[in-house]
Amino acid sequence: MKVNKESSPPKWATRLLAWYCKPDLLEDLEGDLYEYFLRNVEQKGLRKAKLIYIIDVFKFFRLYTVRKPEFINYLINWIMLGSYIKTSGRSLVRNKLFSTINIAGLAISMTVGLLLIGVLMDVFSYDRFHEKHDQIYRVISRYQYLEHQDRSFMATNSLRAAKAIEESFTGHEGVAILRRGLAGDVQFGEKAVPLSGYWANNSLLSVFSFPLAEGNPATALKEPFSLVLTQTAAHKIFGDESVLGKTILLNDDKEYTITGVLQDLPAFSHMKFEMLCSINTLPISAPERAKSDEAWDNVWSHWVYVVIPDERNLTAFNENLDKLSAKEDLTVKNTHIELALQPLDDIMLGNNMGNEIGPTLGTTILWVFLALCIIVMLSACFNYTNLSIARSLRRSKEVGIRKVIGAVRGHVIAQFTTEAIVLSLLSLVAAYVLFLFVKPHFISMEPDLQKILVLETSPLLILYFFAFAIFIGLVAGIFPAMFFARLNAISVLKSSSQKIFSKVTMRKALIVFQYAISLMLITGTLVIYKQYKHFVNYDLGYTTNNILNIAVSDNNASLLKNELVALNEVEDISRSAMVLGVGNYWSTRMKNPVKPMDSANVWFMSVDDKYLPLHNYRLLAGRNFTPLAPDAAESEVIINEHVIKRLELVKGDFIDALGKEILVDGKALTIVGIIDDFEYGRANNNNNREVLLRYSPKDCQYLNIKLASASSPALIAKIDSIWKKIDPVHPLQAKLYDDEIKEAFSGLSASVKVAGAIAFLTICIASMGMLGMVVFTTETRIKEVSVRKVLGASVARLLLLLGKGFFALIGIAVVIALPITYLFFEEILLPKVANHAPIGLFDMLVGVLAVGLLAMLLVFSQTLKVANANPAEVLKNE
Amino acid sequence: MKGTNLGEFEELVLLTIAVLLNDAYSVAICDELERQTKRSAKLGVVHAVLNRLEEKGYVKSKLGEATQTRGGKRKRYYTVTSAGKSALYKAKELRDQLWSMIPEFSLKAI
Repeated sequence: MKVNKESSPPKWATRLLAWYCKPDLLEDLEGDLYEYFLRNVEQKGLRKAKLIYIIDVFKFFRLYTVRKPEFINYLINWIMLGSYIKTSGRSLVRNKLFSTINIAGLAISMTVGLLLIGVLMDVFSYDRFHEKHDQIYRVISRYQYLEHQDRSFMATNSLRAAKAIEESFTGHEGVAILRRGLAGDVQFGEKAVPLSGYWANNSLLSVFSFPLAEGNPATALKEPFSLVLTQTAAHKIFGDESVLGKTILLNDDKEYTITGVLQDLPAFSHMKFEMLCSINTLPISAPERAKSDEAWDNVWSHWVYVVIPDERNLTAFNENLDKLSAKEDLTVKNTHIELALQPLDDIMLGNNMGNEIGPTLGTTILWVFLALCIIVMLSACFNYTNLSIARSLRRSKEVGIRKVIGAVRGHVIAQFTTEAIVLSLLSLVAAYVLFLFVKPHFISMEPDLQKILVLETSPLLILYFFAFAIFIGLVAGIFPAMFFARLNAISVLKSSSQKIFSKVTMRKALIVFQYAISLMLITGTLVIYKQYKHFVNYDLGYTTNNILNIAVSDNNASLLKNELVALNEVEDISRSAMVLGVGNYWSTRMKNPVKPMDSANVWFMSVDDKYLPLHNYRLLAGRNFTPLAPDAAESEVIINEHVIKRLELVKGDFIDALGKEILVDGKALTIVGIIDDFEYGRANNNNNREVLLRYSPKDCQYLNIKLASASSPALIAKIDSIWKKIDPVHPLQAKLYDDEIKEAFSGLSASVKVAGAIAFLTICIASMGMLGMVVFTTETRIKEVSVRKVLGASVARLLLLLGKGFFALIGIAVVIALPITYLFFEEILLPKVANHAPIGLFDMLVGVLAVGLLAMLLVFSQTLKVANANPAEVLKNE
Repeated sequence: MKGTNLGEFEELVLLTIAVLLNDAYSVAICDELERQTKRSAKLGVVHAVLNRLEEKGYVKSKLGEATQTRGGKRKRYYTVTSAGKSALYKAKELRDQLWSMIPEFSLKAI
């Protein structure tokens, strides 16, 4: 009886049977089941027969049919593993080109994975050194005024909430409170050192495990005017002397006693400080500030941490928080403050909140990183799969012989996965070297990353790296292994050449995909770079060339100014409250005295009389400020047209506004000048148009030094020595204006770096995939090429013949990638950025050109070899 | 080897093998059993019994020739060994003996 394929029993069930059944029982059993199956097909129909077959297969799973594991098999497996590793090594050495492509491709993409693992390791080790890290929660708050819907939490909370929790809540074992604003010069005798830290309550040292090197943690922060230093800070002030019990002067003001010395903080602490001061000092040293801290809606300055040992108390605790906020909301007007708990272990990874105590990473960046890692790894694995299968022509004979000798599917699979793992372990070595090289660049990409990450190599990290490499080897190796395991030994050995590989479409699609991604990234990088250049060189409405800004405190500004102005290299010096054009904002309310009900927000900047000419601001009408005596009352203001429009000061010509008065901060100021539009905040932000300039030298924190020529290290050194004479405690903070603007756009330049690096990565991977495919194609067509050559084809024609398929692929990639990139920037990203530079055709085409050239190089380097080969040599070998 | 006594179903299977003579393989045994006993004989059960009988040494088996019908799989033919034969006789003797010991009236009484 002949059976068509339709009516055969389910294959997987048969396979299952073959897997568990003893070999000597198997044949007979399979036959029986099959016979019954056929009978059932006739009697009960195909579906039912299949079902019965499956049930029977499961029913035969009995003690006497099941195969017993044998020790000898394991032994053989071990011996075979050795053999696999040996053959893997041989095959790697034999195909040097393929091995190099694979190792390089995997290594480059693995580097991303290694970075990710390193980052994850770092982030997940944050705050784990605290003994109670899994029981500590931060009490965070959400401030809502009237109907304003600001739905994000802040890391800070009110002192009042902290005290209420400490005193009246149950289920906790201590509340730690930190208050911001402890910074200043710590003086001991003649020596002064600037330090910063937090005001903290006494429980802090019991809630957190910051070990004290000296002093008693139970009482260190109990008394007012107690100070705890870290070892490094103590060393800075006292050297090697013992410090406990010594008194120091803080900010030339009050005396504090040192009651403890902390061991230096571990790197993985989300809060960092050099000193702690007992928080109950504040009501004595600054009574009015302490009083304002008491308010329920003053949620901006305190961080509150609470230990809740038993997780079951959490719901009750949360309910109590809601009750507390319901009760206390009554003490303030129109304000609702919501409280919530955030586990300590989540802080580093949580959403970025306002008022964080230190930089946090946030999950978004990790997800992006993870997605990137997966894309890159998958591409590299696909390349491996592709190349291995491309090589199948050469290796299928080997597999055939192995199978004839007695290898079963499992053995072939084991052999090829072993080979992939060996290869990926080799790549790991290269990737690790790359990782060490990339690490410093990666960390310094963003100042915050620098604070957060260490990426130190530890044994555990290396272990993870190995696990990762083995996993990648498995992923990359499993498909080729399955492919080879499926080969039919007889047909492989019988015919010398055959079409094993038919799924070329899939590989072509992959190449197109890889190239499209690379093109998008390269073009995107170029576009972002152009934006960066555009913004850094943006015409802000004033000049920033050769201007050095120095941050000064009020008391020594004029002293320093007099000293510096005497220098030859200094043209002039002005003073300002801050640096414009880099994202600093200062706002107040202004009113038109005629219409006092209409008050508007306005951005302002305090300057002296030299500021405008020094920066070449363009006055449309009126004059600059006239210098006044230092203690004279503020009386003049310079505004821009937006202010005139907003306050409706004049109808018609805006010059009429000169001489009128506006109310700023309750002061009536006369408009003496109207200034042309300039960029107040950052050039990519158009929101802050109403700007006024005020004459108020006493508010000025910066000296703007116009240099005669470009700055030089020698000049900076000279300024530094003058600075040291005037202020020996604080370091000089001087920055060139142009550098500050560059820094303000460091986000963009970081994006350029990241996107550029990724673009490099993807183009490497894509090129390798391409190279593999080119080699494969040329090798399989070498005879055809030779025959054509004999018949008279020219080298150029042959190159075209071999190469045109690949160029078509790149063409498709271009057609896909360019419109997507263009639309992404033109429609989605750039409309959100004010004053952006337009995308030019040139930016779009440069990437294409570069990628095209690279691909051409790849294709021709291989095809030329074949086209130039001596046909006699090739054909002789038939 | 565990107990050598013959269970009821084992005895039936053994007898069927003897009946089928040269054609006794699992499916045929099942069919024959069903025909004779009018009750369904599951392949799984029969297979397990055959396996047990072989363990006890009452039957021996050998693989036949490959045929198309079974997807190229060979049949396993069973024959009764002399140990099997004597076990059958023993079982029959035991019954005969018991039968002969039943007084006439006691059967009638049932």
